[in-house]
Amino acid sequence: MKFVTIAASAIALAAASGTAAFARDNLQVAGSSTVLPYASIVAEAFGENFDFPTPVVESGGSSAGLKRFCEGVGENTIDVANASRKIKDSEIATCAENGVKDIMEVRIGYDGIVFASQKDGPAFTAFEPADIYNALGAKVLKDGKLVDNTYAKWNEFNADLPEADIVAFIPGTKHGTREVFEEKVLEAGCEATGAKEAYVASGMDEKAASKECMKVRTDGKAVDIDGDYTETLARIGSNPNGIGVFGLAFYENNTDKLKVATMSGVTPSTDTIASGDYPVSRPLFFYVKKAHIGQVPGLKEYAEFFVSDDMAGAEGPLAAYGLVSDPELAKTQEAVANEVTMNSGM
Amino acid sequence: MSDASPNTARPVSRSLHHVDARTKRRNAAETRFKALGIGAIAVGITFLVILLSTIFMNGASAFEQSFLRVPVHLDAAKLDKKGNRDPADLKKATTFTYAPLIQQGLLDAVQKAGIETPLTKSGDMKNLISSSAAAQLRDRVLANPDLVGQTVTAEILASSRVDGYLKGRVKRDQVAQDKNISVEQLDLADALLKAGILHKSFNWDFIFGADASDSRAEQAGIGIAMLGSFYMMLVVLVLSLPIGVAASIYLEEFAPKNRFTDLIEVNISNLAAVPSIVFGILGLAIFIQFAHLPQSAPLVGGLVLTLMTLPTIIISTRAALKAVPPSIRDAALGVGASKMQAVFHHVLPLAMPGILTGTIIGLAQALGETAPLLLIGMVGFIATNTPDGFWDGFVSPNSAMPAQIYEWAKRADPAFYERAWGGIIILLVFLLGMNIIAVVLRRKFERRW
Repeated sequence: MKFVTIAASAIALAAASGTAAFARDNLQVAGSSTVLPYASIVAEAFGENFDFPTPVVESGGSSAGLKRFCEGVGENTIDVANASRKIKDSEIATCAENGVKDIMEVRIGYDGIVFASQKDGPAFTAFEPADIYNALGAKVLKDGKLVDNTYAKWNEFNADLPEADIVAFIPGTKHGTREVFEEKVLEAGCEATGAKEAYVASGMDEKAASKECMKVRTDGKAVDIDGDYTETLARIGSNPNGIGVFGLAFYENNTDKLKVATMSGVTPSTDTIASGDYPVSRPLFFYVKKAHIGQVPGLKEYAEFFVSDDMAGAEGPLAAYGLVSDPELAKTQEAVANEVTMNSGM
Repeated sequence: MSDASPNTARPVSRSLHHVDARTKRRNAAETRFKALGIGAIAVGITFLVILLSTIFMNGASAFEQSFLRVPVHLDAAKLDKKGNRDPADLKKATTFTYAPLIQQGLLDAVQKAGIETPLTKSGDMKNLISSSAAAQLRDRVLANPDLVGQTVTAEILASSRVDGYLKGRVKRDQVAQDKNISVEQLDLADALLKAGILHKSFNWDFIFGADASDSRAEQAGIGIAMLGSFYMMLVVLVLSLPIGVAASIYLEEFAPKNRFTDLIEVNISNLAAVPSIVFGILGLAIFIQFAHLPQSAPLVGGLVLTLMTLPTIIISTRAALKAVPPSIRDAALGVGASKMQAVFHHVLPLAMPGILTGTIIGLAQALGETAPLLLIGMVGFIATNTPDGFWDGFVSPNSAMPAQIYEWAKRADPAFYERAWGGIIILLVFLLGMNIIAVVLRRKFERRW
């Protein structure tokens, strides 16, 4: 009988301490793993400089974060969702269904996407989107006709590139980075090589042609990486001919192992991305549940601190880590200060 | 009949010492099997040695950290503009105000030591200093406002790049592209090391400290995550030991043997083989989404791991109970004990060593588990706040040691990678300790019949 009593009291105890926690005093943030480093830098400095506890930042991806964000309002839901893409209309609709009506959208800056290869590998130093499309697209234009991609070496379509086997490690479809890669590189390359025109000429409408353009060859030359950049780095490390897709911040932390390639003649850096010269970049966001402001201590302060010049400015720690600061930061700061939500027209 | 038998045809003179062809074959087979066995063990040991030496080679450096000893002048004009030393006003000076003071302090120290360097601006010192230094100094000033206006000696962390350079991870010829450090700054680090301003010492903060953000790998520690693991193990122990033992005693000693109990038995064995991630999904659905327990809390982590550990404990407890000879029960019943008295006074004490061993092995398994924690929000930048008091530790957001290691292995700065290995060493020490306790308990209390 003794054990049963102990077990029963243990469960009662656990339940009691569970209910006691409903007065949450720490911010909960979740979402994109690209935004995670920036959010954690802000969270840490926030904990140091304010009388609030350090916010909890979880990763899991933009979609997963927004899904949890839209689960509803209340102490058991997250306050902020990080995203490496804009929230979709369908997600806004889900949010609204669950009572999350006032959402503040905050753009924190831009993230560059770079192509890099092993430091000691062949000289992949200059790419055009067309090269990437020729190397990785599902179908390429050869002698004016669309044929299945059979290129095996880079120099087969561009004599300036080294005679090396095509092996590319690209982000898997669950990554937000993949979307940017498809739109800014593959589709651009598709247009540049004339393949898109050929698709349209073959009787497709614009949308279907874009969709075809974004298809990647499936014969093993393009490898989807579903893990993190560390996995891509490991794959590159064991393959001298491999070329991988990384975030700018990740590359800047691993310059001793990686060699970055230029895109259309522009070297990726925070400066060239801010000026718009380097084409492959995307905005990063976080979304704030306005209903939680005033309920969870420190939420507004966190949002304001995130976009303050001290943090997100051009000289701040986020830029030092690899974020391309937003030239329109002042506007964002004002919007956060006034708690402007998406449906009130931002 | 008898003379037709082949056995009698054999020469009688053959001694047992004579090795015929068949015996030779059998002996050869035995030798081969022994060689294979030794080979298998050798392969196993080789892998173990490779594994352990890799872990120690990669992780040992995490236990040492580079520090700078810098005199910092706490400029009253910058830190306390009103000049009243009021803590509320001092709080307005953020870490961003303190950082330049520390950089200036280091520059002064460099010039005072007579080190020749092309770096003459205080901003050039930024990459040498950990950004944690400013927060450290600010806390010190807030705790003792009288320090404002004085010059204090601060023991601060060097940046992860400088630390990596001293440990041989960052090489001079590789920093050309690195915007977080330059060759001149590495030269300066060498000179500082000689001047005694920069030094390496044992890194207690790695063992007891909190996680740090991606921009300051040098500050990250596994301490808070260790606390999270401790709370989870507490929940697992308090729940799974009584429930598991009670369930096994009932099933083994009291339950009638019928189809229903057979079904339960089969299910327990099956549950023991269910992948742990499944328990994570279950925990997310039941404890968080249905019961509304807090996210990222060690309490929920512990509950999930309890579910995972229960079958292990039940199976080992039942085995321990089964190993107690029936004669003990019969003797107890024979002198008039009730069934419950027989079990609790005689069988259970004798089975206790086996039960404890099983429990500790189950706990060790739970301690090293990451997969279910991924789903209940215990991976990320979480292990940062020390819980306020004992009870808060169950519900305040926290991570666990294996989850923290997983998180570090994902981050961009190579310094985190070193810390991931270091974390593995600490985790292994814990697992080894638990296993040794299990072995000792078994050796000490086990009885054989």
